[in-house]
Amino acid sequence: MRITLHIWRQENAAAKGRMVRYEVPNVNEHMSFLEMLDVLNEELIAKGEEPVAFDHDCREGICGMCGAMVNGVAHGPLAATTLCQLHMRHFKDGDTLYIEPWRARAFPVVKDLVVDRSAFDRLIAAGGFIGVSTGSAPDGNAVLVPKEKADLAMDAAACIGCGACVAMCPNASASLFMGAKIAHLGLLPQGDAERDQRVVAMVAQANAELFGSCTNMAECEAVCPKGIKIEVIARMNRDFLGAKWSGRGTAKE
Amino acid sequence: MSTVVVHPIHRAVRFYEAPIGKKAVMAATGVILVGYVFAHLLGNLQIYSSDAQQINRYAAFLHNPANAVALWAARSALLAAVVLHIVAATQLWLQNRAARPQGYVKKKDVPASYAARTMVWSGPIVAAFIVFHIMHLTMGSVLPVRDIGLNPNTPDVRWNVIAGFQNPAVAGFYIFAMILLCMHLYHGIWSLFQSLGVNHPRYTPWIQKASAALAILVAVGNCSIPIAVLSGLLTY
Repeated sequence: MRITLHIWRQENAAAKGRMVRYEVPNVNEHMSFLEMLDVLNEELIAKGEEPVAFDHDCREGICGMCGAMVNGVAHGPLAATTLCQLHMRHFKDGDTLYIEPWRARAFPVVKDLVVDRSAFDRLIAAGGFIGVSTGSAPDGNAVLVPKEKADLAMDAAACIGCGACVAMCPNASASLFMGAKIAHLGLLPQGDAERDQRVVAMVAQANAELFGSCTNMAECEAVCPKGIKIEVIARMNRDFLGAKWSGRGTAKE
Repeated sequence: MSTVVVHPIHRAVRFYEAPIGKKAVMAATGVILVGYVFAHLLGNLQIYSSDAQQINRYAAFLHNPANAVALWAARSALLAAVVLHIVAATQLWLQNRAARPQGYVKKKDVPASYAARTMVWSGPIVAAFIVFHIMHLTMGSVLPVRDIGLNPNTPDVRWNVIAGFQNPAVAGFYIFAMILLCMHLYHGIWSLFQSLGVNHPRYTPWIQKASAALAILVAVGNCSIPIAVLSGLLTY
């Protein structure tokens, strides 16, 4: 397969980037998208050019490191798939692909397709945790959880923090990510205790990180590689309104 | 963490500061405005009554000086709802624009409906239409309007509406605004449930269908009037 690529090249965070056109004439349909970029990079290195920087780690769709916009869709055209699990057989010979980094004020570009997602880490530090004793692991099944709640919490816990939701959202909102954490922890007895303070702290942190807000477009849901639903955003809204109504969860000023 | 007693005004400010608080304000004011749109539709449809004076009697009832306090209370509540809705929407829109200073070279909108993506356009255009609509039929400052027996509390609504819609520009703007209102409600009604935290796999698909049905009902019901006038089916 011959694929034409337009890739965002940006030397560093301060540099002004631009789209650069590349031809990859020898793409095998069994390659993953990242392997196709590896092939391009081999050629660039052989020519003495700077290879395209992109984030990746496990390459099996579970780590959340990879991700780029492919023709305007986060992680490319295949639903519920990370970029590393997208294979070139889903494209046609002669296709032209535009590859861009996640765009959000909260996710500054570090280089080429690599963005700084530490805003997500600070959201987790604000409220995405539960209070447990460290040391030996608690006994399995010591705290019983109804099956339906456990399933819903597990669905939300599937979030790998890749940032596709922010990238695809017309408002660059982190609502799906926050909702996933709030649902994952709040549905379980271990995390229920901190529900009020969790939602208040995470919402305040998202504001400080200059993420946008949710306008219920569901673009995030469509591209989430783990199929997380905007139902978790409604849960976050519900928790937030409840915490604000009761006045609990707000730190003393 | 014990509960901290915070001054109610301080609490309200903290609540509104958060985007979810602003969205809740938009949802609550949206409920008021949607309710008004339906009440207004029921009022409008009285023009089809076999009794030609039905709609004028309804107008005389609303304008009855005995009901003046209730009328102005309702108008004030609606104005407050409109102002809060617009202020919150504008603040969120500005914040959301700032959240992505550099856009994409290519960007697809996968599931977002045209209506959802154009709320920021349908809203202001409908707001501009409402100003025009009030100037036209309430204040009478666009086209001549007349009262029954020279009494400003008994407007001849039937004549005012039919004479107004015989002007194709007025009727056209009305129909255009109603289509935009339909789009705004199509996304807005179901969206307010989501903003207030109501989403359930069993009920949300029905809420979305009902939202679309109500939006279409408003547009069809209201647009039928200028169409009936322009086609000569509704005459004075």
